[in-house]
Amino acid sequence: MSARAETLLWLAQRISAMVLAVVVAVHIGTIIYAVQGGLTAQEIIGRVQGNTGWLAFYGVFVAAVAIHGPIGLRTILREMTPVPARLIDVAAAAFAVLLAWTGWQAAYGLYGFGGA
Amino acid sequence: MADMASMLDVSVWRGAGEGRFVSYPVPRRENQTVLDVVTYVQRRLDATLAYRFSCRVGMCGSCAMTVNGVARWTCRTHVGRVAKDGRLRIAPLRNMPVIKDLSVDMAGFFAKAARAKGAFRPTADRAADFAVIAPDSPRRRRADTAIECIGCGVCYASCDVVTWNPDYLGPAALNRAWTLVNDERDGGNRERLAAVAGDAGCHACHSHQSCMERCPKHLNPTESIAGLKRATGLAALAGKL
Repeated sequence: MSARAETLLWLAQRISAMVLAVVVAVHIGTIIYAVQGGLTAQEIIGRVQGNTGWLAFYGVFVAAVAIHGPIGLRTILREMTPVPARLIDVAAAAFAVLLAWTGWQAAYGLYGFGGA
Repeated sequence: MADMASMLDVSVWRGAGEGRFVSYPVPRRENQTVLDVVTYVQRRLDATLAYRFSCRVGMCGSCAMTVNGVARWTCRTHVGRVAKDGRLRIAPLRNMPVIKDLSVDMAGFFAKAARAKGAFRPTADRAADFAVIAPDSPRRRRADTAIECIGCGVCYASCDVVTWNPDYLGPAALNRAWTLVNDERDGGNRERLAAVAGDAGCHACHSHQSCMERCPKHLNPTESIAGLKRATGLAALAGKL
């Protein structure tokens, strides 16, 4: 991979980390706030269902995870295993697609829960 | 002066890739450096001991060794500071092939400085007037903080990333590149930034900061590498990498 591509990956990981710092804090803060009165599926669905704000929030969350995780995993595999670099790139890209697909599907599924 | 009553228990690595530590009794003296100890062994006890030194005053960067597990410049390391219990274990530097005993092959180390484009690339010829650079300008200050490297290899021997990725350019070469990135007279930055980017370059650094911890000149190569990460990031965004 070219020096420019490697550097852009590094930048993408740093920027996604900054995004994650904020969204993870909001996510955990909401959990702590929401469980005060007990935790039920109904309450969660009541909060996120049909709420475009939460859909956008978790859309960004999933995007940041799908960018950040696979780049880090790629670096770890390259440093710690003898797996060929090309194969690691393909595996990391596939992992990114998997995270984005399943994550967005979950976020959209809750948004439209019950056919709303 | 001499305190002949007490002796140091000095074990010194003998051999190349395969070898062993050999024990030598060396008289303890006041104001004795580790280099003095090694020199005593070579001149009085075993003339076949191979080691390297030159200036003896912390300028040339040739006498670095591993002393009680830590890479140090031996000419400026007092025995009293590192051998509280009178024991010294002296080994060659890590991360470089051992030629014999305490002498390592530094060719790869210096080759990496060249690979990181560590040579000045002038933009003016000798007919040009002196470049005028304000001493307090930000770039001049950044170059200043990193410029005093003597190429002793202590940081390189202390870097775990070099150990597990032998292609990694290492703290000294990257620190050198950073001084030139900040040199207003230099015209080679596009190639230099491309040379230091990537997984064998600045982006491989884990910021363990062993280089900073061990540098005998109290430089901070980790900070220089962080500067290179910023510079390569901006260059990549601008399409100049």
